Amino acid sequence: MSDLEKLMQAFGEAGGSVGALADAGTAHLAASSHSILSSRAVEGINVDAKETGSGISARILVREGVKLQRPVHLCFGVLHKEGTQEIKMDVTLEKNSSAAFIAHCIFPNAEKVRHVMDAVVDIGEGAEMRYSETHFHGPYGGIEVVPKLAVKVRKNGRYFTDFTLTTGRVGDLAIDYSVEAGENAVVELVARVFGHADDNIVIQEKVVLNGDNARGLIKARVAIEDEATAEIRGITEGNAAGARGHVDCMEIVKDRAVAKAYPLVQVTHPLAKVTHEAAIGSVDKRQMETLMAHGLSPEEAVDVIVKGILR
Amino acid sequence: MSLLEVQDVVYGAGSEKRTHILTGLSLTVEQGEVHALLGTNGTGKSTLAYLIMGCEGYRPSSGEIRFNGLVMNDLPIHERARLGITMAWQEPVRFEGITVRDYLIMKHPGTDPAQYLARVGLAPELYIGRMVDKCLSGGERKRIELASVLALKPLLAILDEPDSGIDMLSIHDVINVIKAFRTGGTAVLLITHREEIAGIADRASQLCHGKIICSGAPGTVAEHYKTQKCELCNPVECHYV
Repeated sequence: MSDLEKLMQAFGEAGGSVGALADAGTAHLAASSHSILSSRAVEGINVDAKETGSGISARILVREGVKLQRPVHLCFGVLHKEGTQEIKMDVTLEKNSSAAFIAHCIFPNAEKVRHVMDAVVDIGEGAEMRYSETHFHGPYGGIEVVPKLAVKVRKNGRYFTDFTLTTGRVGDLAIDYSVEAGENAVVELVARVFGHADDNIVIQEKVVLNGDNARGLIKARVAIEDEATAEIRGITEGNAAGARGHVDCMEIVKDRAVAKAYPLVQVTHPLAKVTHEAAIGSVDKRQMETLMAHGLSPEEAVDVIVKGILR
Repeated sequence: MSLLEVQDVVYGAGSEKRTHILTGLSLTVEQGEVHALLGTNGTGKSTLAYLIMGCEGYRPSSGEIRFNGLVMNDLPIHERARLGITMAWQEPVRFEGITVRDYLIMKHPGTDPAQYLARVGLAPELYIGRMVDKCLSGGERKRIELASVLALKPLLAILDEPDSGIDMLSIHDVINVIKAFRTGGTAVLLITHREEIAGIADRASQLCHGKIICSGAPGTVAEHYKTQKCELCNPVECHYV
């Protein structure tokens, strides 16, 4: 079986759409460890990827006015027990373009794997990007995931991202996202993570609302059990008239796990407004009682609540 | 034997349980009966509901709560639910990431959730895919809770002010839901402040000072309730008037 076939098999098992990668009308990029296994561009989008010594480097450009009808599929992974994968991404959406990206990051056998993502994204005026990243990890926890993202959203631009790591062991996760929003821009960052054993989760997400009427939402949903730890830092700055930001963090803690949340809101303009809410603790008692009054056992009720917040 | 028998139940709250909420309360609910419970704010109606349901921290200091003859003072909430008791809270909680469909069929996956939404006056096509979260209004959430209780087909449904938060024009929907329970053979312990809702009950009781002070036909009990004939309800002894 070729490396591509192995990656596709793991991709399919992880819930990815293998058919989408075979579809001639769908752009994609697939890489295993340091090797680019497959890539395709479609009309209106350039995908320029090359291998580096430690991973891959890719430039993706969506041209002005192009609205991609089908999502761009990204599939990254390390299928071996050990290895490093460093991905450098440079994504540009030109004026009034729009594109959705679905990324799957697959590490089913990781015992000593490091996955580093360093991405720079430029959302042009009136452009919209949706980026959904889902991780599929194995049961060993020997993985370090370090995604770093710097995004600039220009006037009337929109940027939505969704990070999910709820399958397998998290390992060590250190998310570092930073987004600058211009006039009338809209930003939404959502992260969902379920940690077990001695997993260590650090999520730092920052939204800087520099343009008038820019809007930002940071939403983190984390559940941890056993001895796992989580630290969530949601930072929002409101620096312009009409800017509106909100930080919403919820962490459910079981067993001996330890959770921290640091919402940091800063306003430098009298007409800006930033709010935050954080809830950390065991599963909500009233939610538990309601589900148990429906006949669910305490364990089933916890399961339903945790799955719900991570959905 | 009654379906539910609450006998001489005493319950105190606060430090060392010194604040007496229920002071020797006795009540029965028969199979398939709609039993309305009337009482002013703070008389212990919701406390009684929590004690029957077995919510955390709600266990009688003395007295017994029996269901189909089984003493269930120490049973946890889910075991009471499995006996056939459930409850719709006065202010139902919200759940992130759970659709109305999943919520309604959580315990009985084979059932059709649409029929239960229709029964509470909600268009299934508009609600079935929505989340049971903060995006629902209080009234919508309340109706979905009633639909979920209907879907469970319990032997006893405790409805804590099912009409609160429901708009005036939709009260008939609540009345129809209560009638649907009765038609389906479910007994209802109905906590309400509305005479028109209590009026559809088979029987009613008035709670005052932590005790049932009057039981009988709903109209009779409602009149008694309005005239506050509790012997303890005088300005010196009663904290509830």
